[in-house]
Amino acid sequence: MVGLSTVTELLLEGRGIYKRYGHIRALSNANFGVRAGEVVALVGDNGAGKSTLVKCLSGAMQPDAGEILIEGQATKLDSPLHARQLGVETVYQDLALAPDLTAAQNLFLGREIIRSGILGLCGVVDRPSMRAKADTALRNLGVGVQDSSVAVGSLSGGQRQGVAIARLVTWATKVVFMDEPTAALGVTQRERVHGAIRGLRDRGLGVVLISHNLPEVLAVADRLDVMRLGQRVAQFEANNVALEQVVAAMTGAMEQQFDDAPGVGGKASGSGALN
Amino acid sequence: MTDPLSPSRNPPVSDDAQSSAVRARAALLRLSSRSGVALLVVLAVLIGVFSALAPSSFASLSNVRNIAINAAPLLLLAVGETFVIIAGGIDLSVGSVLVFAGVLSAKSMGAIDADPSAGWAVVLVGLLVAIAGGGAWGLVNGLLVARTRIPPLIVTLGTLTAALGSAQLLTGGVDLLTVPNHLSISVGTGTVAGVPWLVIIAGVVALLFGSVLAFTRFGEHTYAIGSSFEAARRAGLNIRGHLTKVYLLQGLLAGLAGWLFLARFGTTSIGGHLSDNLTAIAAVIIGGTSLFGGSGTMLGTVIGILIPAVLLNGFIIVGLQPFWQEVAVGAVLVGAVFVDQQRRKVRERE
Repeated sequence: MVGLSTVTELLLEGRGIYKRYGHIRALSNANFGVRAGEVVALVGDNGAGKSTLVKCLSGAMQPDAGEILIEGQATKLDSPLHARQLGVETVYQDLALAPDLTAAQNLFLGREIIRSGILGLCGVVDRPSMRAKADTALRNLGVGVQDSSVAVGSLSGGQRQGVAIARLVTWATKVVFMDEPTAALGVTQRERVHGAIRGLRDRGLGVVLISHNLPEVLAVADRLDVMRLGQRVAQFEANNVALEQVVAAMTGAMEQQFDDAPGVGGKASGSGALN
Repeated sequence: MTDPLSPSRNPPVSDDAQSSAVRARAALLRLSSRSGVALLVVLAVLIGVFSALAPSSFASLSNVRNIAINAAPLLLLAVGETFVIIAGGIDLSVGSVLVFAGVLSAKSMGAIDADPSAGWAVVLVGLLVAIAGGGAWGLVNGLLVARTRIPPLIVTLGTLTAALGSAQLLTGGVDLLTVPNHLSISVGTGTVAGVPWLVIIAGVVALLFGSVLAFTRFGEHTYAIGSSFEAARRAGLNIRGHLTKVYLLQGLLAGLAGWLFLARFGTTSIGGHLSDNLTAIAAVIIGGTSLFGGSGTMLGTVIGILIPAVLLNGFIIVGLQPFWQEVAVGAVLVGAVFVDQQRRKVRERE
């Protein structure tokens, strides 16, 4: 079992989330929860509703119905900014970087360090210290950016992804959503990102990993939530599940008895889900 | 282990191939970021050529002063336009807003004291009215661009017409001449240590807002919004507020420019600013600012104002038809956008 958790232990929780795009039901009574100090992977085939769920839980989109709770408090996330103020950070698949700005500028965009004194009152930014901090964050992630004064748009895909993840690692305080964080990375960089994910978990954050790469998921995550057709259909512990079981749940090949309920644990009967 | 769902999601790229591609790209970008230096060289070459062709007339102090005076009020428009274009927008209305501000300023100065010997207080009121009048149109532009889905091109095309129409309504289409002598003699034609007032004012404004653009959070956000609207939005920037301020700034500067034109020519010259918007936009683009937003510098804009000004003056002095200047500026403008497009293509060829 995952543990005798109660609802209040959850850092972030979505209960009975519904979301429609026109006639398409993207989410239909979706439940999800993440605790402090764990890595939960959200897996599912294309169109299962993962990205929509993440958008709803990170403030990028408003659910049609359902409840979002942060540390047990019902919350309405108006915007990504609001979510971030509550400690929920997201790195998107498309990275959301400004290509003309440097790595440091991107890392501090919207949270610039301002000089002290009169210059600070005029809004003058402290470039050297932002650059130094950005360099440290990138180095810790193993992202080699030879010249940090270069525009992000001229970096390689892996380096850009590194910048987006460095930003997240720098600012996250509670919950982190990572949508395909290693999609553009080579083997070494991927390992570094996995290290960063574990580091965030060990700092006591809740990490939500969205990935198509099941071996990666099993290697990094503590827990797996499987989504299909807009809701959670199975939950597994990562160290106690075979790849085939996950695939079966994702594709619907293994129809199990799984009555999903809010919180971390749905009620599963038989030996299917939470073993 | 195999990945049943996305076997070829990350095609492995050999480190060597990747890093050499990155190096090549970085080199190209570094080259294009030297465009500021290239611009200075172009300006220096132009000055050199004209000085060689007409050493006594072109290179004289009075001619240099003449070029600078002609360029000064237009530089104000270009300074504002630099912010607007870097933020991913465009402002076509500057010339009309300038005329409107000038008319409003002349009208209020005339209403207080129509005598040419009106005092400094009247001049000051005229200044404040001009800036406020320009700012009002800037605010209209800003609110419409930031809060509606109307493209800036259309918003400012609308205010271009509306501001000019309003100016003509105020005057009945007849130019006003109620400009106090104090204003003409001091700001219009006066100098400090040999430097014309117009040039000092334009220089201070360019330096001030160039610093704002380069060193402050306001500048940082201007670049970010123009570079990627989505990234700026997700970073939580107040995009609406920022865009409103950027267009407001452009309006305020157009108002100040209107007052400077009044000072210099003593008339509102309602019909004389139809192409000021294009002059300002051309200067910004020639100066290396990307028409698509996200990059550019104030130094580039200053040079971008000076190159056409030097060309025009030089052509006249060496006896060429001045219309060649317009041909040359048009060609340079198209060339500048072409170079920018190439640079973007290189960057996006990931």
